[in-house]
Amino acid sequence: MIEVRNIKKVFGDKVVINDVSATMQAGQCNLIIGSSGSGKTVLMKCMVGLFTPDQGEILYNGQDFINMPDQDKAEIRKQIGMLFQGSALFDSLTVEQNVMFPLDMFTKDSHARKLERVNEVLARVKLVDANKKFPSELSGGMKKRVALARAIVLNPKYLFCDEPNSGLDPQTSLVIDRLIQEITIEYNITTVINTHDMNSLMEIGNYILYMYQGNKEWEGSNKEIIFSKNQRLNDFIFASEFLRDAKEKRMEEERGGREA
Amino acid sequence: MAIFRNIGRFLLMLKGMFSKPENGKMYWKEFMHQCSEIGVGSLGIVAIISVFIGAVSTLQTAYQLLSPLIPKSTIAQIVRDTVILEFAPTLTCIVLAGVVGSKIASELGNMRVSEQIDALEIMGINTKSYLIMPKIIAGMLMIPLLVVIAMALGIWGGRFAGEMAGILSTETFDKGLHEAFVPYNVTFALAKSYTFAFIICSIPAFYGYYVQGGALEIGRASTKAVVVSCIMLLFADYLLSALLL
Repeated sequence: MIEVRNIKKVFGDKVVINDVSATMQAGQCNLIIGSSGSGKTVLMKCMVGLFTPDQGEILYNGQDFINMPDQDKAEIRKQIGMLFQGSALFDSLTVEQNVMFPLDMFTKDSHARKLERVNEVLARVKLVDANKKFPSELSGGMKKRVALARAIVLNPKYLFCDEPNSGLDPQTSLVIDRLIQEITIEYNITTVINTHDMNSLMEIGNYILYMYQGNKEWEGSNKEIIFSKNQRLNDFIFASEFLRDAKEKRMEEERGGREA
Repeated sequence: MAIFRNIGRFLLMLKGMFSKPENGKMYWKEFMHQCSEIGVGSLGIVAIISVFIGAVSTLQTAYQLLSPLIPKSTIAQIVRDTVILEFAPTLTCIVLAGVVGSKIASELGNMRVSEQIDALEIMGINTKSYLIMPKIIAGMLMIPLLVVIAMALGIWGGRFAGEMAGILSTETFDKGLHEAFVPYNVTFALAKSYTFAFIICSIPAFYGYYVQGGALEIGRASTKAVVVSCIMLLFADYLLSALLL
């Protein structure tokens, strides 16, 4: 579980995150949504320790991440996997070497054991026969899957995904979403996802935090979001006619389900 | 004020490199990789430059020594001393500042922009230690070796050019090489090459590591790294000459 308490982050004289609190449970996909510049990436970077907040606390299973000694911080970081927007694969390494990198760095297993684990996670993300390829030879979706495999190879307790669907077609986005959801449930990971993708929101959003201009505007689940009366949230999510119709239909389904 | 800010950040970067490696084997692998990249990767250009610099030194020294009273073996002495004292360490390192420096700055800059450095940080790896330190240590090992090779090839180039141009025979050149040789010159050249190696690797690493933006900024950082490295090389060259000679 990750708890964010009263986080504030200022760049110069601009308040990018203002007093944001949230609790993200294990075994769930926790989504941070918001328009560009709303502070969701900064919040995620604060959570993983790439930025230091000016105020507030970030607790990993009750441990204060911000104020703990560097050595303890490094230990927590070993339990974190992160899928970056641009995949952040090491260009000079093959797929196999990329996924094996955390194992090489942090385990003393034999090469055969490490290779077995690499093949296991590559199969888990449905990527076979790509071991010897370089990142430049992969499609966007394949790169994301390799990055996901690298993020989970050390069995992390926490998985952070920064816009995992950006630049992907809807079908591949769905594959990535489902993979993340399956992995989250299977390994009981606390997964935090930054996204703009409305499909992801409806498909896997167990907990949703909506940010607006650095503030927490709304929180709830994908079941609750369609009944939300928050105007800013509704304007952001149901921006098109098509999505508004879809919302109406979904609301009717939900009401019908409740009455039955 | 930006210069003081940069000096402060540079010193903090150097301080940040010193931590216990997460995995000694991986650091060693990275160090060996950098030795190959910096040393073997630059050998070709260093060899070509050294031979030609030595050859041109012989021809130009001969052109300027018109007096028949000066023995021809003096040409070899002058070529030897200029190559050892200045051409091999300084000129080689200025070329290496371009070759190695731009490579280090663009490699780290690209890693920063594509979030590869962030990915390493999140894994719990000290990126200053893992990415920068092996480059500096590899540079400080390989660049003096390249300078020694440049000395030998420079002198050989001068000897070869002297004979080819009919200025002096190889025997006369070899005789001149043994005359009035000061071993301290080699020590001085090596002291310079260690200092230059540190400059060549650390300054581009600084500019690459802290790059912000995209491809354009990587290019700018790379250019700036080479320019600043060259200026610092020349400044260090003057300072060391004033202090040690």
